[in-house]
Amino acid sequence: MLLRHTPKEVKEREGLTINPAKTCQPIGAMYAALGIHGCLPHSHGSQGCCSYHRSTLTRHYKEPVMAATSSFTEGASVFGGQANLLQSIETIFAVYDPDIIAVHSTCLSETIGDDLQQITKKASDDGKIPEGKYVIYASTPSFVGSHVTGYANMLTGIAEQFAQSTGEKKDQINIIAGWMEPSDMREIKRLSKELGVKIVLFPDTSDVLDAPQTGKHVFYPKGGTTVEELKSAGDSKCSLALGCISAEPAAIGLDKKCRVPFETVDMPIGLSATDRFIMSLSKAAGVEVPDEITAERGRLIDVMTDMEQYFYGKKVALFGDPDQLIPLTEFLLDLGMKPVHIVSGTPGMRFEKRMKEILQRIPGANFKNGLNADMFLLHQWMKNEPVDLLIGNTYGKYIARDENIPFIRFGFPILDRIGHSYFPNVGYTGSLRLIEKILGVLMDRQDREAPEEKFELVM
Amino acid sequence: MKEEIGILEGRQHQVFEKKSGEEQQFDIACDKTSLSGSVSQRACVFCGSRVVLYPVADAIHIVHGPIGCAAYTWDIRGAVSSGPELHRLSFSTDLQEMDVIYGGEKKLYRSLIELIDQYKPNAAFIYSTCIIGLIGDDIDAVCRKVAQEKGIPVMPVHSEGFKGTKKDGYKAACSALMKLIGTGSTEGISKCSINILGEFNLAGEAWIIREYYEKMGIEVVATMTGDGRIDAIRRSHGVSLNVVQCSGSMTSLAKEMEEKYGIPYIRVSYFGFEDMSKSLYDVAALFPERPEIMEKAREIVRDEIRKYYPEMQKFKGALSGKKAAIYVGGAFKTFSLIKALRTIGMSVVLAGSQTGNKDDYLRLKEMCDEGTVIVDDSNPVELSKFVLEKEADLLIGGVKERPIAFKLGVGFCDHNHERKIPLAGFVGMYNFAKEVYESVMSPVWQFAPRKGGLA
Repeated sequence: MLLRHTPKEVKEREGLTINPAKTCQPIGAMYAALGIHGCLPHSHGSQGCCSYHRSTLTRHYKEPVMAATSSFTEGASVFGGQANLLQSIETIFAVYDPDIIAVHSTCLSETIGDDLQQITKKASDDGKIPEGKYVIYASTPSFVGSHVTGYANMLTGIAEQFAQSTGEKKDQINIIAGWMEPSDMREIKRLSKELGVKIVLFPDTSDVLDAPQTGKHVFYPKGGTTVEELKSAGDSKCSLALGCISAEPAAIGLDKKCRVPFETVDMPIGLSATDRFIMSLSKAAGVEVPDEITAERGRLIDVMTDMEQYFYGKKVALFGDPDQLIPLTEFLLDLGMKPVHIVSGTPGMRFEKRMKEILQRIPGANFKNGLNADMFLLHQWMKNEPVDLLIGNTYGKYIARDENIPFIRFGFPILDRIGHSYFPNVGYTGSLRLIEKILGVLMDRQDREAPEEKFELVM
Repeated sequence: MKEEIGILEGRQHQVFEKKSGEEQQFDIACDKTSLSGSVSQRACVFCGSRVVLYPVADAIHIVHGPIGCAAYTWDIRGAVSSGPELHRLSFSTDLQEMDVIYGGEKKLYRSLIELIDQYKPNAAFIYSTCIIGLIGDDIDAVCRKVAQEKGIPVMPVHSEGFKGTKKDGYKAACSALMKLIGTGSTEGISKCSINILGEFNLAGEAWIIREYYEKMGIEVVATMTGDGRIDAIRRSHGVSLNVVQCSGSMTSLAKEMEEKYGIPYIRVSYFGFEDMSKSLYDVAALFPERPEIMEKAREIVRDEIRKYYPEMQKFKGALSGKKAAIYVGGAFKTFSLIKALRTIGMSVVLAGSQTGNKDDYLRLKEMCDEGTVIVDDSNPVELSKFVLEKEADLLIGGVKERPIAFKLGVGFCDHNHERKIPLAGFVGMYNFAKEVYESVMSPVWQFAPRKGGLA
């Protein structure tokens, strides 16, 4: 029954969102803050918000996720949450002893009108912030944007509140990571090292949300961008923001505060986007692209060409977040596939414009983002024009099962498979992995459904 | 940063260790809201309402607020349905900034109309989230209007997250149910009939329980809310007895039904051989005029235990002397868990809950062995500390506790909504023992540094 709740006929909906392709800002803020070393994210709102975010991140990463909450009560909603936040700051430093508390707001505290800047200043004035410790903040109202917006807002807060300009430029480049997995951040670091470029990557959730089993529950795992690195980001030669929605706002903030010029490139997913990333990074650092990276690229193209017949003309539906969808769509087109239906719950003109440009190669492709761009709509589109492959987060499995089509888990959240924490989707190697996954599900289906006489040994 | 994080200041009264010898004063502080700034494992009012009503499968559930509350509660509980599955979809009014400023009533109204037209549900539940309480949407009025226009019950659920704890959410859910109860016909309901309250049909558990009672010759009118149906709830006031599990969530409903309809209730647990048997006997005892019911109950218990006993002895042999830590939502569950663990030879070194009350903790203290730590509203630091100190081999908890157990190198059993197999009933006890056995005895632990890296 579950699978038969989507009617084919698409009707204009006025109010309702069914099966969202997004969630709210605070979880993004929490995820970004986890990429800072020794940082405890703090949710300024009701207890449930914090609990839901931690549970969702835990299901996605199979890792403990630590965050505190202001535990709003009825009183706080009447008199404001200042007392709760001040109490929280005191409690957290006394007991959990992080280096940094990263406070984000919620729909509740935003609607009440709590001013995080003023409250954290008061905490500082009242001596509640111990020497050498920090409280940073970001405004992340749940009724604006999406989880991606929350990530961008916290990341901007991190950049603006830590980076300092000493007047002396350092021979390093900031890489501001859009919302990507720990594995992707690890891969960005590896590629930069291969290129011989010194970078400051932030945030960096590798070694935080993919921590090894040690027999201990470590409250602050060893990973994360350090305060020292973040401070020095103000002296970097330039910044490279990976993603126009989730990373660029932080680059702009950094430029405004410390005059660090920036360039925004797409998240390096797929051949073309990785090419642009490698070129931009090597150009900014003034280094040559080493043979090893050229060889990695060559291997990717080798597989793309070896297997082109299996991609050509295959229709794809996808949903997820802007900074992934932009390069992913481009990559699918580069492979000869046809991304015909795309939705993202995240609003934004910039995103819309980029997608329209890319989708010029597919006349008639359906694309919608923002309000009512949900998975219900995507499913309806798919019923009207069937596809060969669906790509998206775990919630896509209902549609994939209903329509009996191959499905690749990609994006956030992934609640029913592992791998995303450990194997990247970015870079040439990550793109190769994506191809492997796409081919895997397409060929599995062919093997499963081919009539006996067409059941092939060699593919 | 500190090497070791101690017990949170102001929490000393929510942690208790049972010691031998002198009379100990026991005044665990509970029913408290969490300290601001704690890494609490607790959730909110909305969460409480949502989990109680969620399994009603032929109603639509609209979350009125910004998208998050709907997104995070989309099909995350395995409350299964034998028919319609409307509850597994996610409906939200997805409030935007303008709605917060100008109010969301119109949007809610339109959403309701659209949904009811599309799905023809038997009822609708409207959950108000935090900001609805602030912007002052009159959701009661919207519900009344839609109910009138569409001719189905439309129930507001006042579950603003900040208005109390998860328990208040249970209450809000129960009031919504109360509005439905009594609106259907009780014609044809047997004198020997019950409602099963506080059973959410996770992994099909309600079906198992229902079958036992039906075998005894008792009519089960409504399960609330597992595999729930609106019509059954509407006529549920026609029963002679309410049987309440998960005391935290549904006792208030049973009390209200007692007051309003004179239906007595009993509290039971379906977990473990001992409690499961008792819950059949207790119900049978209330129908003395029909001795065959008790006879049948005895027969079920005998047959079921005979079926699983030999296997259980195998598990017990392997698990004897192993130690467990329990941290679950409701305290009532911990009582059954302690008994069930004893059945398989395991002792309990830590017992705690998110929402227990004073009586629960007193009872817990009586049940526990010396040296057992009892906690209310714990956090990951405390949990890890006690699991390591007490050298537990197993942690029983929910989604946020699982990775902590695994990082510490101890086995884990999900006794919350992410359970994959039924743990209720006699077969459930067997499943539980098997799951515990498989987790504790897994060969993977030989590669994992255990017990804080010391062993």
